[in-house]
Amino acid sequence: MYNCKDIVLRLSEAIDGALKKVDGDVLNFLKAAYENEDNERAKWALGQIIENDEVAERTDSYPCQDTGVAMLMVTVGQDATFDGPLADALEEGVRLGYKDGRKSIADPLTRINTRDNTPPVVYYDVVPGDGLTVKFLAKGAGSENMGGVRMLTPSKGRRGIIDAVVSIVKEAGANPCPPILLGIGVGGTMDKAALLSKLALLRKCGESSPDPDIASLERDVLDAVNALGIGAQGLGGKHTALACAIETAPTHIGMLPVAVTVQCHSVRHAEVKFNER
Amino acid sequence: MNVKLMTNETDVTGLKAGDAVSFSGIVYTARDAAHKRMTEAAAEGRPLPFDLRGAAIYYAGPTPTREGEIIGSCGPTTSTRMDDYTPALLDLGLKIMIGKGKRSKEVVDGMVKNKAVYLIAVGGAAALVKSRITSCEDVAYPDLGCEAVRKLTVKDLPLLVAIDSRGNSIL
Repeated sequence: MYNCKDIVLRLSEAIDGALKKVDGDVLNFLKAAYENEDNERAKWALGQIIENDEVAERTDSYPCQDTGVAMLMVTVGQDATFDGPLADALEEGVRLGYKDGRKSIADPLTRINTRDNTPPVVYYDVVPGDGLTVKFLAKGAGSENMGGVRMLTPSKGRRGIIDAVVSIVKEAGANPCPPILLGIGVGGTMDKAALLSKLALLRKCGESSPDPDIASLERDVLDAVNALGIGAQGLGGKHTALACAIETAPTHIGMLPVAVTVQCHSVRHAEVKFNER
Repeated sequence: MNVKLMTNETDVTGLKAGDAVSFSGIVYTARDAAHKRMTEAAAEGRPLPFDLRGAAIYYAGPTPTREGEIIGSCGPTTSTRMDDYTPALLDLGLKIMIGKGKRSKEVVDGMVKNKAVYLIAVGGAAALVKSRITSCEDVAYPDLGCEAVRKLTVKDLPLLVAIDSRGNSIL
């Protein structure tokens, strides 16, 4: 049986740590981009981003002031039992994890702040067994505002998917803090594609899809996006996006949903496996 | 890159889009909610929380200040969200804006009319900016939390002139 107090404590510690450190794989991609960039202004921006991420780690500071909305992707075994309500424990974990973070959550219409960065956005996946894994992603507004969904007709195919992503990234310009990562969901329904685009972002930065066709589409999307020349912070150059991950799901014979989640360079996430110590 | 030194006293009409500057001086933080209140106050003839004539506004909402520190992490936020409010503030004398990303045509027109300049900081470089802030004073709207107006003294803040006072842009 899972102890809810233990869930609160471990989740909050993971969130607090994740918010203060940019993903190491992403930082390596940023350093490679800096070395490879010829555009003077873009290099200026990349240099500051790398310096910032190192200052943040050295001073135990938040690399970005937008510590985001907390997204939790929960994988729970159908045989798992709990000594209290799991949803409450997860929310309390977020509340504690954001104790020192910025409180960025408000009512959509009155704009009154909830003052503790809750509620998180939570998705559950029920699987066989009794495991419990929570993946946390801090999603800032600057990049999240630039995402989009396109409900294509099936005839648009592969080309249509690439064009849809390029149009969304082009429209976003400098706003989502490029260089960006792209999480793309293809298939399902409108909402399923959007969820897949978030799950795609949880893949290790730069890791290709195990499906060779999808891996090839990921490369083509990345090349097409980088040909836009938006570059770091919209200042030009070769690095609009560092990586692109695509997740797919079967869809209706009459649909081709494409969802794009844009992730800024300040990638902050964590994973907690509660059945392991 | 050749970096120009800039303060609140610098003649901004001498800055060109693309110039890299190192800014030292006073900036006031304000985001969407503070802009809404300031423009409403101006429209109703009520006093503003600070004198906009010649002022610099930094679009930022920091993380909470930790014990013993001056301020939390404090990077720039997306400037576009302030565009609807900005022309009115430019007409009141706002001279320097610091944020990230593009501006609307209305903002650029207002900048040319009032000879103002728009600079960008690197989005997501919040710990770096924090390390260049030497003082922070609460000014107005404390109920807005991170969106409250604060007066910051900054030293050697690395910025780029994105749109100059003639309306030339690098974005």
